[in-house]
Amino acid sequence: MGFLEVDNITKTFGGLVALKDLSFEVKEGEIVGIIGPNGAGKTTLFNIMTGFYRPDQGKVIFRGENITGLRPYQICKKGIARTFQLTKPFANLSVLENVKIGAYNRVSSDKEAQEEALAVLELVGLYERRNEIASCLSVGHRKNLELARALATKPQVLLLDEVMSGLNPKETNEIIMSVRKIHMKGITILLVEHVMRVIMTLAQRIIVLHFGIKIAEGTPKEICEDPKVIEAYLGDRYEIAGSE
Amino acid sequence: MEETWEGKKPGLKKTVFSALIAIALIVLPHFLGDYLIHVITMGLLFGYLGLAWNLLGGYAGQFSFGHAAFFGIGAYTSTLLQIHHGVNPWLGLFFSGLAGLLLGLFIGFLCFRYGLKGPYFALAMLAFAEMLRLLATQWMSLRYPLGISIPLKGDSFADFQFRSKIPYYYLCLILAAGLVYLMRFIERRKTGLYFKAIRENDDAAEAMGVDVFRYKLIAMALSAFLTAMGGTFYAQYYLIVEEESAFGTGISVAILLGPLVGGVGTIGGPILGGFVLEFLSEVTRNLLGAYSGVHLMIYGALLVFVIIFMPNGIFGGIKVLVKKFASTEGKEG
Amino acid sequence: MTIPGAGVVLQSIVNGLLMGGVYSLISVGLTLIFGVMKIINFAHGSIMMLGMYITYWLYVLLGVDPYLSLFMSIPSLFLVGLILQKFLISPVMGAPEHNQLLLTLGISLFIENLALLVWTPNFRSLEIPYLKKAFLLGPVMVTVPKVIAFVFALVLSGIVYFFLKKTDLGRGIRAASEEREGAMAVGINLKKVFYVAFGIGTACAGAAGTLVAPFFYVNPQAGATFVITAFVVVVLGGMGNFMGAFLGGLIVGLAESLGAAFMPGQIKQFIIYVIFVLVLLFKPEGLFGRNVGR
Repeated sequence: MGFLEVDNITKTFGGLVALKDLSFEVKEGEIVGIIGPNGAGKTTLFNIMTGFYRPDQGKVIFRGENITGLRPYQICKKGIARTFQLTKPFANLSVLENVKIGAYNRVSSDKEAQEEALAVLELVGLYERRNEIASCLSVGHRKNLELARALATKPQVLLLDEVMSGLNPKETNEIIMSVRKIHMKGITILLVEHVMRVIMTLAQRIIVLHFGIKIAEGTPKEICEDPKVIEAYLGDRYEIAGSE
Repeated sequence: MEETWEGKKPGLKKTVFSALIAIALIVLPHFLGDYLIHVITMGLLFGYLGLAWNLLGGYAGQFSFGHAAFFGIGAYTSTLLQIHHGVNPWLGLFFSGLAGLLLGLFIGFLCFRYGLKGPYFALAMLAFAEMLRLLATQWMSLRYPLGISIPLKGDSFADFQFRSKIPYYYLCLILAAGLVYLMRFIERRKTGLYFKAIRENDDAAEAMGVDVFRYKLIAMALSAFLTAMGGTFYAQYYLIVEEESAFGTGISVAILLGPLVGGVGTIGGPILGGFVLEFLSEVTRNLLGAYSGVHLMIYGALLVFVIIFMPNGIFGGIKVLVKKFASTEGKEG
Repeated sequence: MTIPGAGVVLQSIVNGLLMGGVYSLISVGLTLIFGVMKIINFAHGSIMMLGMYITYWLYVLLGVDPYLSLFMSIPSLFLVGLILQKFLISPVMGAPEHNQLLLTLGISLFIENLALLVWTPNFRSLEIPYLKKAFLLGPVMVTVPKVIAFVFALVLSGIVYFFLKKTDLGRGIRAASEEREGAMAVGINLKKVFYVAFGIGTACAGAAGTLVAPFFYVNPQAGATFVITAFVVVVLGGMGNFMGAFLGGLIVGLAESLGAAFMPGQIKQFIIYVIFVLVLLFKPEGLFGRNVGR
């Protein structure tokens, strides 16, 4: 019995096939990266795994339980949290309130939620900004907030959807550090990214999607050298410049 | 130790201040004439109704254009029970609340189950209110062409009727103050934060473990329950219930305009707004006399004005400014 | 519920279609405004009411034939639309949708109650001799003003259709309603598009008002029933969908008329609301489809 399994997922929208027969497994405690050109179906995959879409076929199995078709809040309660590619902060609420809402996923008392939220903010480095209104944050801090909110729900699995996009190098490093800290706590991470440096740095294993199909799977080094991957991204004449 | 701006422990100064206000409110009616007491009582009532609406609209973010549905169901339930079955109006008050609650759950289930949001939800609510109005007209206007009159029983607490306006004032004060306290209680806890999360972004809320459907239903049911009881109060105050004033668009607008003017999503806003509206409608009625609906013209103009120039309302605007100020103070650069 | 005879049913069908033409005209205007500006114009009914009163007063005070008054009501309500757009609608283009709806609700409340104040709630009717005629079309009795209204409504809808399909500005309007940013990117003047679209929308409502004035009771609240019907038509036909609104108007006119034949009084209106809610709940993109984005 696996930890997290995606089993033959197919999803079409109108005439467009977003995902076709996608299967893979994630072991507890791994960091797995998912890459692929735009339109490859990565966000659709996350939406299916977190209950925002139903797949046409296939299943998502978490800890032996079929979670396909459950509502997103139920999946969160089961222990899978996510961030959104286009951040969705609670704009008129403070940073602390944003994170507290996540904390209430596991605790009921106001006091405990407050403590949880403050601890999470400390971890990701947003403690000093806890009373700021979310809509006033810069992009970098907003991404961090996305992360903090998901973390506050005390997940076992964290799905990060392009959490590094739009960040400058300093901000990117900060988030990479946060992700590492989270991973060290034992949380399994699935990360969709376009920023190659990030994926190569963080991921232990990478899955490559192209037009909704898995075309490769392996360690970062294996992926870099895989001709199918190179062709998908760049056409067939280039090699990807190395990883860290 | 609470850290958020809103959570500071009330100091001694604040308690003394509140106590003074409370005392002032309690002795006030004995210094005022009947007319003014009437105006203030109506201001309190619409403040109360606005707060009830605000629970669903300002906190959970679902703007209803049809709260008359609950108001009317409340007014009719207690009145019909009283007239046809001799049910004591206080008991009727409870049944009104129940009727509102059930109606709210029914409508809420339909709307939220099928994902109605924003203007589509608003319009659906309007449609429901209108349907109830049509039903009431169909069933009532033959037998009660001028509306249902509640027979005068004189000055009796048991009968929920008073000769003087003062007891009504106190009742309304209790309603409004009670709801203010309830809102403050809800606002800081899990339920209140969950409502706000739904208002701000319900997808994100759902992804963070909030059962959005359930909480929207809770907001709707509570709002409906409270609004319906307001309807009963109104019926007992005016001693007449008819379908246009109970279920009409006029009352739906009057209910939501208060929070809009005073500040949607605040607690003081609906109360302030309720008073502003009441004073405005009294002034226009005196100036333009003509017919009873003339205040609606002013409401329409006010609605347009508020939406364009101060969509956050009076308190809302202040609150936003203060929060932004707190943000810049807290920023580290 | 009474079961009417075949003659009554046939009569209902004809009347329903005739009235449906007018519904089509109003709804085309409403759906255009929604399609282009994504604004649900609650004030549509009161605009129509203004059209009715223009026609009424022009006849009563100056003896102008109601159909000639179209030359007055159409341009003036187009102008009213432009003014509303400039001063009241454009400031809230970026506001949350329920606020926009509240704005148009406020406008409609203001106009309707101002009319009540100035013109009193009295029902008025246009007594025009040559329009009091009716003629037999087979077994069906058809009144002249309804037929004329139907014909004009079709013609006007056709003109709008032609405008949208064949003229540059019309194409610009259609582009803006499909893909606003793309339209901007190719240099379409959005501001102008919004003005014209809103203006045409209100002009349609005003024209419809003129057309029904000869056979409807003119009163300040006349618009209210029409606006709800128009909403139902637009939601059924797909918001922003011209053909949907046009065909939807005819269908709703038919359904309403047949409904009235079978069911008394208020039930008819009640049914319209029920349809409205059902469509909102189950098929918000309408029977003819179009992304509503809820």
